[in-house]
Amino acid sequence: MKRSLFAAPYGVWMLLFTVVPIFLIFYYAFTWNGEFTLANFELFLAPEFIGILTFSLWMALLCTLICLLVGYPAALFLASRDFKRANIVVVLFVIPMWMNFLLRTYAWMTLLEDTGLINRFLEWVGIGRLKLMYTENAVLMGMVYNYLPFMIFPIYSVLHKSDGRLVEAAQDLGANGWLTFWKVTLPLSVPGVISGVTMVFMPAVTTFVIPRLLGGGTFMMFGDLIENQFLTVGDWNFGSALSLIMMALILISLGILNRVDPQGQAEGGGLW
Amino acid sequence: MVKTLKRLYLGLVLLFLYAPIVVLMVYSFNASETRAVWGGFSLKWYQALFMDSDILEALYVTVSVAALATLASTVMGTVAAIGIHSMKSWTRSLYMNITNLPMLMPDIVTGISLMILFIFVKLPRGYGTMLLAHITFDIPYVIFSVLPRLRRMNPNTYEAALDLGAKPFTALRKVLLPEIMPGVITGALLAFTMSLDDFVISYFTSVRTSNLSMLIYSMTRRKVPPTINALSTLMFVVVLSLLLFINLRGTSRKKKSLHSLRSGFQGREYPADTMIKEVPRS
Repeated sequence: MKRSLFAAPYGVWMLLFTVVPIFLIFYYAFTWNGEFTLANFELFLAPEFIGILTFSLWMALLCTLICLLVGYPAALFLASRDFKRANIVVVLFVIPMWMNFLLRTYAWMTLLEDTGLINRFLEWVGIGRLKLMYTENAVLMGMVYNYLPFMIFPIYSVLHKSDGRLVEAAQDLGANGWLTFWKVTLPLSVPGVISGVTMVFMPAVTTFVIPRLLGGGTFMMFGDLIENQFLTVGDWNFGSALSLIMMALILISLGILNRVDPQGQAEGGGLW
Repeated sequence: MVKTLKRLYLGLVLLFLYAPIVVLMVYSFNASETRAVWGGFSLKWYQALFMDSDILEALYVTVSVAALATLASTVMGTVAAIGIHSMKSWTRSLYMNITNLPMLMPDIVTGISLMILFIFVKLPRGYGTMLLAHITFDIPYVIFSVLPRLRRMNPNTYEAALDLGAKPFTALRKVLLPEIMPGVITGALLAFTMSLDDFVISYFTSVRTSNLSMLIYSMTRRKVPPTINALSTLMFVVVLSLLLFINLRGTSRKKKSLHSLRSGFQGREYPADTMIKEVPRS
């Protein structure tokens, strides 16, 4: 028996459960009552839907930026060889990620609600209650909380693996701390930053759970809109078109990110 | 001085990561039903948790789906990886692209596409469809864990076994399988944790049966019972002790397991940066 036939059952499985479903999405996106049309995509051009898309992109961008600003120093300090027990600290960063995603988000509801801990603390120091829950900031907070480790880890692992002697060489050659960082450490960390940005931006654009829980459905993001079209409105055609737009968006961003870091795409099928 | 500042910064980030979890844990011992008041220490929510048939049912669904999906995807994925490894250029890249596809797709699109399929073929969405969906998103993780092992393996050992008179199947079982076993185990662990944690894909592919994530989601939409706090605490403690157990299994293997822990983390939403650039699952 030929060895390559081993993959046949898997091939059939993927055909049935990945290729056919994607084909069905294409079918619904380009038809209306069984006839070919582009109307589903035209519908998307309405200002309200474009608004939802730009809002989602904006939120995802903000979230990525905050994660980068907060996460980069954390990754840098974790990778610096100053600590004896750096390994244990790394594990401490991992552990919260093993908690159920919904529970983690729900935990923020407890903190942010009107009678939550943060508000009671604010009252206690005399600032008074603020409306924290069901705002854009709450959603942003939830996204940063959930995705921050995905920024820290790729940067940490790239810096951790990099040759420490390069930094020493720069210092021997007379570069000060900032110059060493700017000319050696930062360029070395670029691949980590790229995969960190990818890993934060992508789920941030597509999430519908976080805006549902922390935004309370007061405003919509792109993921919400898709879920809504399928489960509430029941417009599969428009929903499918939106799904394709989301896919296209992700492939374009991946393409751009890969261009910034051409060595990054080592393995895989090389589809893109 | 600089060192202290670094420590302080890392401490603050950790505080941010742990604060909500600690708050949930503290509230799980609160005797009062509303979160606004502290009514004294009590274990009643833990008691209520084990009486709650919805939660127990969801727990059973989560664990059994994860176990079955892991079993199926590990077997199918390992066999497929062996097949893909022996393939020539274009069929191989076709298979690799198909394997990449689910990883590039956002969860919500994967979930919806499977939902459309199941409705299209009039399959009632419940336990069975959830299992099918989980197997589908688990297999690529197994393949991506096993393939590097196969690539690193010396092909001559298998041939040597054949030369020494082993039947192909025996050679496969006695020579190839032990070599790739670490990859198989990593793949299975990844598949299991992905399955345990999944919400989005299950949400679209099952309506009659809920796993824990779906139950928590539906609870947060209504009034949240404090039993959720107890549930979070228990789940956290279980995960923590599992991690500690893996880490403390003999000091000689400590470094290695710490490493696998870390790559295991990456795999949760992103199977190791050595593989591909793909979309993490949200």
